[in-house]
Amino acid sequence: MSAGAAPSVSVRRRISLGLLLAPPMAWLVIAYLGSLAVLLVSAFWSTDSFTGAVVHTFTFDNIMRVATDDLFRTATVRTASVALAVTVICAVLAVPLAFYMAKVASLRVRLALVVAVTTPLWASYLVKAYAWRMLLSPEGPLAWATDYTPGYGLTATIVTLTYLWLPYMVLPVFAAFSRVPDSLLDASADLGASDWSTLRMVVAPLVFPGIAAGSIFTFSLSLGDYIAVTIVGGKTQLLGNIIYGQLITANNQPLAAALSIIPLLAIVAYLLAMRRTGALENI
Amino acid sequence: MSSKSRVGLVLATCAALVLACSTGCSGQPGGGEPPPKLEPLSNVGDGEGQLNLIAWAGYAEDGSNDSTADWVTPFEKETGCQVNVKIGNTSDEMVQLMRSGQYDGVSASGDATLRLIYAGDVAPVNTDLVPNYASISSFLKDKPWNSVDGKMYGIPHGWGANLLMYNIDVVRDAPNSWSAVFDDAGKYKGRVTAYDSPIYIADAALYLSKSKPDLGIKDPYSLTPEQLDAAAELLKKQRENIGEYWSDYTKEVQAFESGTSVIGTTWQVIANTIGADNRVQVNTVLPKEGSTGWSDTWMISSKAANPNCMYKWMNWISSPEVNAEVAEFFGEAPANAEACEHTTEPDFCDIYHATDEDFAAKIHYWTTPQKNCVDGSGDNCTAYNEWVDKWQQIKG
Repeated sequence: MSAGAAPSVSVRRRISLGLLLAPPMAWLVIAYLGSLAVLLVSAFWSTDSFTGAVVHTFTFDNIMRVATDDLFRTATVRTASVALAVTVICAVLAVPLAFYMAKVASLRVRLALVVAVTTPLWASYLVKAYAWRMLLSPEGPLAWATDYTPGYGLTATIVTLTYLWLPYMVLPVFAAFSRVPDSLLDASADLGASDWSTLRMVVAPLVFPGIAAGSIFTFSLSLGDYIAVTIVGGKTQLLGNIIYGQLITANNQPLAAALSIIPLLAIVAYLLAMRRTGALENI
Repeated sequence: MSSKSRVGLVLATCAALVLACSTGCSGQPGGGEPPPKLEPLSNVGDGEGQLNLIAWAGYAEDGSNDSTADWVTPFEKETGCQVNVKIGNTSDEMVQLMRSGQYDGVSASGDATLRLIYAGDVAPVNTDLVPNYASISSFLKDKPWNSVDGKMYGIPHGWGANLLMYNIDVVRDAPNSWSAVFDDAGKYKGRVTAYDSPIYIADAALYLSKSKPDLGIKDPYSLTPEQLDAAAELLKKQRENIGEYWSDYTKEVQAFESGTSVIGTTWQVIANTIGADNRVQVNTVLPKEGSTGWSDTWMISSKAANPNCMYKWMNWISSPEVNAEVAEFFGEAPANAEACEHTTEPDFCDIYHATDEDFAAKIHYWTTPQKNCVDGSGDNCTAYNEWVDKWQQIKG
């Protein structure tokens, strides 16, 4: 910023800044928060039981049903468990890999690994999910090679989701490891700390926000997913399938809206928990 | 701060928009009231150059899936109506799509038609403007699923039964009863499949109407709460043996070809596709209990932007030649009785009992369950939304 600018220039700058920010702000407020608002409002409506048309009279029935129905509780627990399992497995796989990429591998190997991790992102979600469907089928390559396949079900869903979202965990953890200066590791060793102590007391606190940031992606993406489970989940249904079923099959938009408050709250709770770790500055 | 109050203003505007919609896009009449009064077209003019359809897979083929199946291109050449087809995977999806008002017509099954009629999403059809209507089988005209008070709401397309399909290499005892997927499903534990839709509850109800007569089920779409519970109980037991459910037909084709499923409910077109791929051998049978089935009707949207093209299409698809082509491709009985003279396989209509009124009467056609029992037996039946809830509970 030049301190001696004429007032007209500063006004012009403000206007251009305003113009620059207007589209993203409009998007965020009108399209993004607006659609959420519509969703929340429609959770308090009901439907005509025959035609499925929305009836605009205020009612708490949907919210009450969501809070008390056993089916929704079971599905919520199942969905949250899947999301947590996917997140934990992603973290367990990503930490050693990211450490190797950031601290051990040569430049060339590091580049190759970054490309390898991100390559699956270039393929379509559906192609990848169907690839797992083929792989896990009773007469598929896995069964042929090992005589074992978990079949379609909850396990297959967790495996497929882990595969789908792993890059979103590896990249922030890799970035976090890269930001740990080598000199800190050397200093720790010089001061007599064992490898384990260095890892525990120096590296872990610095890298944890990266893991937390990655976990926000893997957790929220898994929590909302309902497509992978229809492809490899066998007869399993997750919360997303129930919301989809109420919206498309039952044509019951208000109940679907009330149900979608569950993942919304879960994500908000998760974000609040993660904010305490400082992860939000690392996304 | 001024910036904060500005944000508040924007939020208030959004809220106003929401409220405006909540009063402007107001609700539609309920099941007890007659459908909205809509006038059919009085004459068919020149085509508008466009036609947007919602159709079941295989109903509007332009040669891109199978080069021998093409009855859309000749229609486009003859009428100048460019056809855009959106495939609807389920009846519910079709209802949802039609509600958007962006389509001119739909090939609706009986479990969608009444919902569309009563919501005012489709208009009555002036059958005088569809010359081929005259040769439609009489037992498909003025039926509860395609007409209200003697007014036809569409042109019948074709009908068929939901069949039992099995892999003949695995299932060797040639089942001819639905018990193969219900009481005896344990034999193929983990490899049984079922249709992933609440309307499949009717299949269980139909089986129960024969296997447990003391439940008193007369019509599989008119279930009292106790009967619905009994059907749900049967389906929960069936679920233990299910490998996966299918909702779109490609998924079932793939499941049978990969060995994931070996027995379950199907449509003839799925068996035909598996037969054409020739990777596994399947057989289909109409079990002794009878079957649920579909009777499809081309309906015109009440908000159709291209009504002339839609009328031309309804006449085209119900003409003897085209109706024969589509019926043979899909594997169903054509609605037009004269279509039987145009099938490539001479005894096609006999195989599908196309002109056999008694056979057609044995199929329990998909229809939307309502509080007022659809078979007229009373007003203590369960409505479709209860079926949806039950179906979700069955799936757990």
